[in-house]
Amino acid sequence: MAAEGGGLQIHPMDQFIVKPLFGEGPVHWYTPTNVTLWLVLAVVAIGLLMVVGTRRRAIVPSRSQSVAELMYGFIHNMVEEVAGHDGVKYFPYVMTLFLFILFANLLGLIPMSFTTTSHVAVTATLALAVFLGVTVLGLARKGVGFLAMFWVSSAPLALRPILAVIELISYFVRPVSHSIRLAGNLMAGHAVLKVFAGFASVALVSPVAIGAMTAIYALELLVSVIQAYVFTILTCVYLKDAVGDAHH
Amino acid sequence: MEGELALMGKYIGAGLATIGLGGAGIGVGHVAGNFLAGALRNPSAAASQTATLFVGIAFAEALGIFSFLIALLLMFAV
Repeated sequence: MAAEGGGLQIHPMDQFIVKPLFGEGPVHWYTPTNVTLWLVLAVVAIGLLMVVGTRRRAIVPSRSQSVAELMYGFIHNMVEEVAGHDGVKYFPYVMTLFLFILFANLLGLIPMSFTTTSHVAVTATLALAVFLGVTVLGLARKGVGFLAMFWVSSAPLALRPILAVIELISYFVRPVSHSIRLAGNLMAGHAVLKVFAGFASVALVSPVAIGAMTAIYALELLVSVIQAYVFTILTCVYLKDAVGDAHH
Repeated sequence: MEGELALMGKYIGAGLATIGLGGAGIGVGHVAGNFLAGALRNPSAAASQTATLFVGIAFAEALGIFSFLIALLLMFAV
């Protein structure tokens, strides 16, 4: 659209284009792209923090050790509180999800980098894994009893079939909202940043635009952490359906 | 679909779909505002309910995201 003339200098959606890392050409499933690069970087960053942080385990923790410990404790508390005591068994998975999303979000905030979690393809993979995992786990642990969750026993008998249909629909919409929430928030935030970056090239409004960008950048930092938190806490809520006691 | 008119309809429809975001805004504000009102009345119980707050916000927000999804579908999939 920038080619039409008169429009923005930087197109706000250009930052989300998936490009091959080496040379040009079509993107196949095995092509290393900028998405792959930043996914790998997120994993490397997590590895570095956790390995370096816990290498010299001191009683008085170093800075990186206390960050690693705080995150561990925070997620462990959350799993125990939300998913219940039986859910703690699945803590490593939840911790992995949280760290991965958090680091992918935060690395995406580096200028000229690529926000992998702004792509529905990435977040849908994470959400579908949670959805399938929870469904399989629930059926394996509770058997047919897992389906009782659709039969709201606290509602009047006449309403129950209608509620069952609604509950069933809302159950299958879960992975959609779970994944689109993360991708949509990240994408919208980064698009807004680039829209203001486009305004900054006009001399008259550039001080306002740069101020707004600074403010939005701070907001995006907050959104990155909150969205990682929301994704994991919803994972815990879904996990509770599968492993928690039937009457909650 | 036929050309210009369909394109116009698509863009207008996508624009209209974003009205749904206002509803999500009302919902999220309602959740957060009521949480704050409750938290100020009983600050000692507030900390234990932040998880519920975020889950509530996430559910309210999900409906706004569906309107965003419809806008995307109109723009790129219809």
